[in-house]
Amino acid sequence: MAELVNLTIDGISVRVPKGTLVVDAAKSVGIDIPVFCYHPKLKPVGMCRMCLVDIGTPKIDPATRQVVRDEKGQPVIVFGPKLTTACTTPVSEGMVVRTATEQVRAAREDVLEFLLASHPLDCPICDKGGECPLQNLTMAHGPTVSRFDYDLKFHNDKHVPLGDLIFLDRERCIQCGRCVRFQSEIADDPVLQFHDRGRGMEIVTFSDPPFDSYFGGNTTDICPVGALTTADFRFKARPWELKTTPSLCTHCAVGCNLALNTRLETKTGGYEIKRVMPRQNEQVNEIWICDKGRYVHHFTRAEDRLHYPLIRQDGKLVETTWEQALRIAADRLERPSAILVGDRIANEDAFLIAQFAKAIGAALEQRPALPAHYADVARAVGIGSDADFKQLGAGDVILVVNGDVEEEAPVWFLRLRQAVVDRGAKLIVAHHRSTKMHRYAAAIHRYEVGQAAKWAASQRADWLQGARNVLIVFGDEHLDGSSARALAQTLANWLILGGFAGKPNSGLLPLYPHANTQGVFDMLEHATRPANETTDTLWLVGVGADEPAPRANFIIVQDILLTERAKRADLVLPALSFAEREGTFTSGDRRVQRFYRALPPLGEAKPDWWIVQEIARRFELPWRYEAPAQIFAAIAQQVPRYAELSYERISRVEPQWPPMGREDLYYGGTVYDNTGGLGARYAADAERSALSPYDVHVPEPTLAGLERTPRLLYRDGELIRRSAVLRAHIVAEPLTA
Amino acid sequence: MQNFWEYLTKIPVGLATVFKTLFEKPVTIQYPEEKKPMSPRFRGRHQLKRYEDGLERCIGCALCAAACPADAIYVEAAENTNEERYSPGERYAKVYEINMLRCIFCGYCEDACPTNAIVLEPIEFPTGYTRESLIYTKSMLLEPPPPGVPGTPQQTPPGKYDRAILPFPPIDESV
Repeated sequence: MAELVNLTIDGISVRVPKGTLVVDAAKSVGIDIPVFCYHPKLKPVGMCRMCLVDIGTPKIDPATRQVVRDEKGQPVIVFGPKLTTACTTPVSEGMVVRTATEQVRAAREDVLEFLLASHPLDCPICDKGGECPLQNLTMAHGPTVSRFDYDLKFHNDKHVPLGDLIFLDRERCIQCGRCVRFQSEIADDPVLQFHDRGRGMEIVTFSDPPFDSYFGGNTTDICPVGALTTADFRFKARPWELKTTPSLCTHCAVGCNLALNTRLETKTGGYEIKRVMPRQNEQVNEIWICDKGRYVHHFTRAEDRLHYPLIRQDGKLVETTWEQALRIAADRLERPSAILVGDRIANEDAFLIAQFAKAIGAALEQRPALPAHYADVARAVGIGSDADFKQLGAGDVILVVNGDVEEEAPVWFLRLRQAVVDRGAKLIVAHHRSTKMHRYAAAIHRYEVGQAAKWAASQRADWLQGARNVLIVFGDEHLDGSSARALAQTLANWLILGGFAGKPNSGLLPLYPHANTQGVFDMLEHATRPANETTDTLWLVGVGADEPAPRANFIIVQDILLTERAKRADLVLPALSFAEREGTFTSGDRRVQRFYRALPPLGEAKPDWWIVQEIARRFELPWRYEAPAQIFAAIAQQVPRYAELSYERISRVEPQWPPMGREDLYYGGTVYDNTGGLGARYAADAERSALSPYDVHVPEPTLAGLERTPRLLYRDGELIRRSAVLRAHIVAEPLTA
Repeated sequence: MQNFWEYLTKIPVGLATVFKTLFEKPVTIQYPEEKKPMSPRFRGRHQLKRYEDGLERCIGCALCAAACPADAIYVEAAENTNEERYSPGERYAKVYEINMLRCIFCGYCEDACPTNAIVLEPIEFPTGYTRESLIYTKSMLLEPPPPGVPGTPQQTPPGKYDRAILPFPPIDESV
């Protein structure tokens, strides 16, 4: 526990850890000191001068080094002759801060008058208008009139593209440098910088391609004015028109908490996602999301979304009714059948499918198939149920094996990088090529492509000895199933034999391909049976277009879009996307989280669990679930690991620190506060009982494994193709070694 | 009986009024063929105004929609380019609809407008037989361009129209 310091802010006694800044100490007791350049996630710079306050410290007698006391025994407080910036001053014992004096009020008014001297005041057309810190703080602290002549306002470029995703309005920029500092301190893509001085000062990007970062969208959130806007949301809606729904990102294993902003739209005649914003969850994504999560949402209202069931008649897919589609599906599934399940569907859907497959004796497989080879190992020796990335620091070892964290789980990259760079954890990277993580590595190991498992087996891993915690992040790049399993088992053995298994901040962190890989594995585990040649009917539930599938006489595709796979199907069942329904996902670190319905359903599309239940009813299975909450209650009863979880528990919200809700726009940016629940991790097996080491058999690399190319963030796929702003970023050719 | 005589004497008085008004100018007018002159400040149907050069004043900021107490206005904005410019500045209203059945003609939209683009004019009141016909779209609301001036979109030289909100012209005190 850090040393605590006592101080007084506006007469309120505050007790905060040593090193806390005055602005944060004030925030902890609900006193708002206005800021522009300061952001609690970034290092203070004291550039905007908005946070000026009156700070006094106890007078010290130079001779005795004792605090001088007046006749009443109270310490004599000496205030500085000038105001001090609260964002760069750490607290000290006995400090007295005054934020409500006439001097402070006048200083704030003057700073705002200067900031507005050449600010264009085009709030009516500014995307930030309505959620703008400059607007709000001007209303609260600013002068009512400016002494500057309106006609002398300095004019500047209003449409400067910084890359194709972010636009800069040079007039609106107040040179706080939050974007510059985010890119260099948090994302470590230092592609933005100040150029020139004085009135000519501007933000420039000097990378090629410009603003080359996966995290650029976050700069628009923390920009305290409307200087940075995204190409996606530019002029799309005013902030006060938007409805906000808590949701989850579906594109990688991190499970970032999102807020979906929706609005009525004439084009689609209904609600539409206008923008995707981060939702604060200090345990998962803090307040950051990657650009993929921010911009890929367009598939939810893509033109080829499925509205009605389709059946193949005379070689063509034609619309049909649910009654007929379900009857045909049930008839065909009576023959020898196989069900393939994609890992983007919710836990509730996967659970019902597993129960159904068991009941009718169908084969059942997870797609992509690779993670299912090691998901049980990752779960057994996973990080503790109350692990916190923020506690990783000096004395801890982070090991990244065969995975590209920035590409496969971008927000974990941000968090692990901070543990290493800011808090002094030791990073060891083992990979056959260079990744961004290599920049911070204390030690680098290399091996031949596809030899990760062999490399790991040959190591004695004595570099883990003496560490406080060991977090091992691993991927399945260029590995086949058995090699990936051997790698996971070897890494798990290091943790088990080193005594790290079961410790809260130690464990395996797998880089799964999608949001619910772990959850689908957990649900399907005891019902999985590989498909064989006798398959007559094949039912694909949310399976990607490039996944291999066995041959079958009749193919049922259940999807949200008319994908290439659906176009070749015999029967197409329309499902609802994550934005139109409720459910839960289990992230790569086993955190079960809820997402909520943000959009009305499209046509007659139905949630996956409803479709499965309706087909099951035709097999006389007695299910009468009416909502995912009921199915989750059944999961808690029947899947032992989920026994402690419930919708009530995972919907619980605690106050987050630093507070960044909508009340604190000036402080944290336009991120949304968490109203949908923080989620909860289920316990790793190692936390329940001691594990014995795995018996590892390391196979030779196979061609199938070598063909498993790296999973890049902007890899081609059915969803990213439907996002116009990201289309130019799609990596057509898979990265080969 | 006394009442009867009273009635009898009042009848010619009433009939006198009737015959007198027969020869007076009628008060009713044959709307809509005939129209009554209205005060220039009368808050009738909305009109979206243009500048003298034909560009639309509306910049699609949706402040009218925010101010509207009846939630009658719907705006969708889009971005101007120099090749296809609708209004000065970067933003214009791509969709602008007013549901005349909801509108209460309070004039708050006029007050909220930063460019004086929407004005409730003393022109004919919206009437119609269907609900749909009373949702006025942008083309119905927009005033025609001044004579001899092209409408929108226009092709404009770069840099000429980079400001959305121009200083207001002096207020015409005569109306």
